Amino acid sequence: MSVDAKTVKHVAHLARIEIDDERSEVMARELSNILGWIEQLGEVDTDGVEPLHAVIPNTLRWREDVVTDGNVQDKVLSNAPRAEYGFYAVPKVIE
Amino acid sequence: MSALTDLTLAEMAKGLREKAFSAKELAQVHVKAVEDARELNAFTVETPEHVLAAADAADAALAKGEAKPLSGIPLGIKDLFATEGVETSAGSNILRGFKPPYESTVSANLLRDGAGMLGKLNLDEFAMGSSNETSAFGKVINPWRGKGNASLVPGGSSGGSASAVAARLCAGATGTDTGGSIRQPAAFTGIAGIKPTYGRCSRWGVVAFASSLDQAGPMARDVRDCAILLKSMCGFDPKDSTSLDVAVPDFEAALTGDLKGKRVGIPREYTLDGIPGEIDAMWKKGADMLRDAGAEIVEISLPHTKYALPTYYIIAPAEASSNLARYDGVRYGNRVVPDGGNLIDMYEATRSAGFGDEVKRRIMIGTYVLSAGYYDAYYLKAQKVRALIARDFEQAWEKCDVILAPTTPSAAFEMGAKSDDPIAMYLNDVFSVPASLAGLPAMSVPAGLDNDGLPLGLQIIGKPLDECGVLNAGYAIERAAGFTARAQRWW
Repeated sequence: MSVDAKTVKHVAHLARIEIDDERSEVMARELSNILGWIEQLGEVDTDGVEPLHAVIPNTLRWREDVVTDGNVQDKVLSNAPRAEYGFYAVPKVIE
Repeated sequence: MSALTDLTLAEMAKGLREKAFSAKELAQVHVKAVEDARELNAFTVETPEHVLAAADAADAALAKGEAKPLSGIPLGIKDLFATEGVETSAGSNILRGFKPPYESTVSANLLRDGAGMLGKLNLDEFAMGSSNETSAFGKVINPWRGKGNASLVPGGSSGGSASAVAARLCAGATGTDTGGSIRQPAAFTGIAGIKPTYGRCSRWGVVAFASSLDQAGPMARDVRDCAILLKSMCGFDPKDSTSLDVAVPDFEAALTGDLKGKRVGIPREYTLDGIPGEIDAMWKKGADMLRDAGAEIVEISLPHTKYALPTYYIIAPAEASSNLARYDGVRYGNRVVPDGGNLIDMYEATRSAGFGDEVKRRIMIGTYVLSAGYYDAYYLKAQKVRALIARDFEQAWEKCDVILAPTTPSAAFEMGAKSDDPIAMYLNDVFSVPASLAGLPAMSVPAGLDNDGLPLGLQIIGKPLDECGVLNAGYAIERAAGFTARAQRWW
């Protein structure tokens, strides 16, 4: 699979990473190489094979539906680049 | 006093109990060793106050005869583990300055058992790398030197941990292993390291890279020290839904070096064109060592080995792209807002400025293979091949109890040698990734030196939850190899 710069820009936008034209060209070559190498998996016959989801069998546990944590607003906000009035602050979203 | 840093962790614990030295003395010589070795760039943050406070507590406990298993032991903590109040940035600019208001379960377990923290250890950014050249805090340097005094990589991603242990800066260190990040740097620096069974160590508070693969483990001077640290690090944790609710054995008690009645599998697919003959020779020597320890050597086949690496490079980036979506500049870390930019502009500028090239590359691969129209062809296909790789091992366990293989296809390489070729870099993990994909316990032990005088490691892979069998086989190799070489100090 060969990836072009336009696809790279699309994927970068999906991943929310800004990328300029020059980097897109470089990234297109790199991704094409890596994806080309990955495609050898096509040789493997996987008909009837169930995809693996858990390497070590483990049952998800239930717990009581009770509050186990909370009242730590200051701690939660302590690392925020911007916090105002007890909330995270972000650029204006609604005009 | 420099001799104190030469002791193994087990010897330090013994000396503390016999009052041969105090925990405070032990902490002080290590703090000094860390300060004197800044050229290695192994630490991102130094926390002398932490280790000295733990030493005072240890001395008080020792005086009362109430010492805990790790009382007074100075450790380094990979900067992927959240440490309460101490900067945790995963080697990335996007998390620079982040001070977790909580402690990861694994580091909390070590502190509970009396250990002190010397500081946070450098790593490849978000643990993505095999040379520790991608950290936002700069490259880590291997204490071993190459031909012509060349500067070598320590391996990665736990490169700071490996470098610090090999240079005798700390008694032991935590590492994490997603595709080989404990075993490969351990091999490159002549130390021991074990990745336990997936689910043995809690992932709670460990910065996530690829959640179905990430597993914490110890890196230390020898196998016994690994066993001691692993016992503290392991244990059921309700805060991690994949944590295994099983008893933690006394790993150290398993170290007999006696392998009578054990069958050691030699996988015929673990030979590659172009790998140095010395690696093969070391592998054969390792088989002889295990035979001498009483084991029967059997040839086995793991037919899908060749596909492990490409499978990994679908699954790990896919999981990474999901996990790293959380770095959005809103809740923690750095934020970049272009003039007049909206929320989306902020996300894109923040992530573009905050992530390094390798991390971006992997997020992009992950986003691509998970995107509409490609999911079945890549991700689903990879999960199916992963099932076949796991099945290969299940079938192998009918013929053997542990598997012996090389840890890496080469010794430590020179700085910059592979940084322009991602696939060449990925090939470092060709021997370590299969066990990761199958969630199996695996360790690397130093087995000897190559022709350039650099350490080579041998890898033991075990059945699920058989860390005891892995450690004991590693112990047998360690005893037989009598590896005493160490990096000559130049820093």
